[in-house]
Amino acid sequence: MNNELPPGLALQKVDERIMTLNVGPQHPGSGHMRIIVQIDGDFIVACDPDPGYVHRGEEKMAEYRNYITNIPHLERPVIHDSCNILYPYVLGVEELLGIEVPERAKYIRVIASELNRCVYTMYWLAIYGIFLGHSTMFMWPAGDRELLIDLLEKMTGARVTHAHFVPGGVRNDLPPNFEDVCLRQVNYFEKRIKEYAAIFYDNPILIARTANTGVLSRQDAIRLGTTGSVLRASGVDYDLRKKEPYDIYDELDFQTNVLKEGDSYARSKIPWLDMMESCRIIRHALQKMPKSGSVRVKLKPNPKGKGLDSVYKRVESGRGSLGCYIVSDGKPEPYRVKLSVGSFRNLIALPYLLKGEKLGNMPAVYWSLNYWPVEADR
Amino acid sequence: MSVIAPNFKFSEFVKSILDNVFWILLIFVLIGLPAVFIILFYIEMPVINGELLTPFLALTWLADPSRTLPILKAFMTTDLFRIAAFPGFGFAALLAAGTIFIERKMLAKLQLRVGPFYCGKIEGILQLMGDGLKLISKEIIIPAKADKPIFWAAPIIFVATAAAFVALIPVAPGWVVADVDVGLLAVFAIIGFFPIITILSAWSSNSKFPFIGGIRALHQMVSFEIPLILSLLGVVILTGTLNLSEIVASQSNFPWIIFLPIGAIIFFITILAELERIPFDLPEAESEIVAGWLTEFSGMIYGLVQLGTYLKLYAFAALFVVLFLGGWSGPMIWPPFPEEIITDGIVMGPITAKIPGLPVFSQEMLNGVLWFVIKTVGVIFFILLPRGVFPRIRIDMLLSLGWYKLIGLAFVNIFIALGLLYAGVLGPGGIL
Repeated sequence: MNNELPPGLALQKVDERIMTLNVGPQHPGSGHMRIIVQIDGDFIVACDPDPGYVHRGEEKMAEYRNYITNIPHLERPVIHDSCNILYPYVLGVEELLGIEVPERAKYIRVIASELNRCVYTMYWLAIYGIFLGHSTMFMWPAGDRELLIDLLEKMTGARVTHAHFVPGGVRNDLPPNFEDVCLRQVNYFEKRIKEYAAIFYDNPILIARTANTGVLSRQDAIRLGTTGSVLRASGVDYDLRKKEPYDIYDELDFQTNVLKEGDSYARSKIPWLDMMESCRIIRHALQKMPKSGSVRVKLKPNPKGKGLDSVYKRVESGRGSLGCYIVSDGKPEPYRVKLSVGSFRNLIALPYLLKGEKLGNMPAVYWSLNYWPVEADR
Repeated sequence: MSVIAPNFKFSEFVKSILDNVFWILLIFVLIGLPAVFIILFYIEMPVINGELLTPFLALTWLADPSRTLPILKAFMTTDLFRIAAFPGFGFAALLAAGTIFIERKMLAKLQLRVGPFYCGKIEGILQLMGDGLKLISKEIIIPAKADKPIFWAAPIIFVATAAAFVALIPVAPGWVVADVDVGLLAVFAIIGFFPIITILSAWSSNSKFPFIGGIRALHQMVSFEIPLILSLLGVVILTGTLNLSEIVASQSNFPWIIFLPIGAIIFFITILAELERIPFDLPEAESEIVAGWLTEFSGMIYGLVQLGTYLKLYAFAALFVVLFLGGWSGPMIWPPFPEEIITDGIVMGPITAKIPGLPVFSQEMLNGVLWFVIKTVGVIFFILLPRGVFPRIRIDMLLSLGWYKLIGLAFVNIFIALGLLYAGVLGPGGIL
């Protein structure tokens, strides 16, 4: 029998100078997780992130539902980014069932997923602002986010949990006159987020606080397996929309943002720059989109896979690469669904980054990792 | 129909009043009358129409408007009135309450939202009262392993110290609770108490986050107290006095901020740090150490600490006004008291009421209070503003700012003041 206690509960023999702090799960600066921090004075000696407080068994639940009824619950881990977390699942199911998606649906999916990426990033940015004690930076993104949420509501009918992507296309066609409204709102949105530079990103106190803290070198970023904005902030040009283009990303005109510094400031800046690229992608996609046509392939009820088969698809979500591995055994339900999420990969870097940092840097470094606790627990 | 009270009916309101009349009468007899007699006991009784007022005659006299006013004027000269109401606690608490409301509304406008809105019909002016009632009605939870006497005492001492600070501020000519010759020295002594109270309350709660917050507050206040004291020495050198009223009187022509801008800037930055306001709110850094040294406070204990904090905010802003912006001095904008009311009395149709004892306040005093409030509110506005603009800074940046930059600049300020004094430009016997 194993008598080992979980970390944080076991008695450890430590130096008298060292104090153990339980940051979370009930702490304004932790999210739905716990970070066990050992501090010596103001310096962090060791840090042990302890996720798992919001484990909901999404993967196991997916084994008892058929391919279509899996959609609404698989987006729950990140409700702000629900289109992107469904994207790899839907792509995988389409490959398993052998469905060809109409051209217009692909464009609608790209627009929805880019809007959703911006919605997620605004929420993340709001929390990053309040973690640094900047209350205006909490209110502004939380308010400007409403613009895009309104657009997504027009598009899908729901404000956060859209359940819009289905195998074979999207659930509904765009409402009439959507293109004009979308273009206008996205242009205004881009104007607004450029104003954040003046109050947040060019703020001398912010730069002095976050620059050169929690530096993740290029080699370490690759070695630890980080993805998304964390990897790109460390100087690695890696974006799945460019590297493994899915749907119609290879036809659209955009670029990847890469910064070399690898500190908290660069990590917080990359998602903001990505939002501007998202606006570019949306504008280009609206321009190139076929004006009419089918958006959904009619499926048989209870579609089945073709015998023993497996597929792995991944997309670039708001937090990095998001993979979905689906195994089918010929039944209407999948045999296994595995979500491989970017949040958990980025969290692995936290103990390495926080070691030797000051306690005041903890929220800045922690949240700059673009980590979403619920997604990591699934 | 009103949104706030949709089922309001006037008849029911009157009925509820009548139901309470018994209690109102009882409370008036048991508390109100003794309170009036206690206050009358402190007043030097005025002689009106050859009659000496005694407490026994007081109630009949209070019913007569021509005799109420002299009694009120006599009451206003007592220490009780000065401490409890006008330049003291009541006035400061009123300004502090206004500060909280202005802070919430202004920050809301800055952040593109509405702020308090529903409580009190007009832009949520009763929100503060609601918050206060909530805090009073909440349970006070004390940690099991806390050092209970100190944990209870710390918030009360905090408010008392802040109130003592308020007592030293001269508001108008002659209107100050404690007019001591070493006023500025007393201010320094009171500022020195705050870190002790903070560390005591943090330590007595026997919890990790308050302890870290208390240590941070101690570091912050101690390292910013030295530049704070040094930055005020320039004013002392030029005026040659520590009495705050005399410092204000010396600025009747020009405020000291014109000649000592560096000292004013240093003092402003240090009061931001002393008040633990953003960007220097490290002792209450929410995302790192929950609420810092306030974490274990709950209910009205927390309310007391907040009251003390805002009294301190008012006192520091008022000190800035007194030392650098000229206190009550300013052009006379208050209209003079109409003389015909004194000579002819107030004519209301057939009745002519002559009210002895008018005017209650002199024109200079009202004008001084007006200027003092305008300037103080302006300074408070600038103290509140950084909260919407800056993130929080880190403890090492804060300490290097306090120990390296501000102390050096404070010495530059002192040398400027000395240069102005020895060149014979300012100070006693100066050309200006």
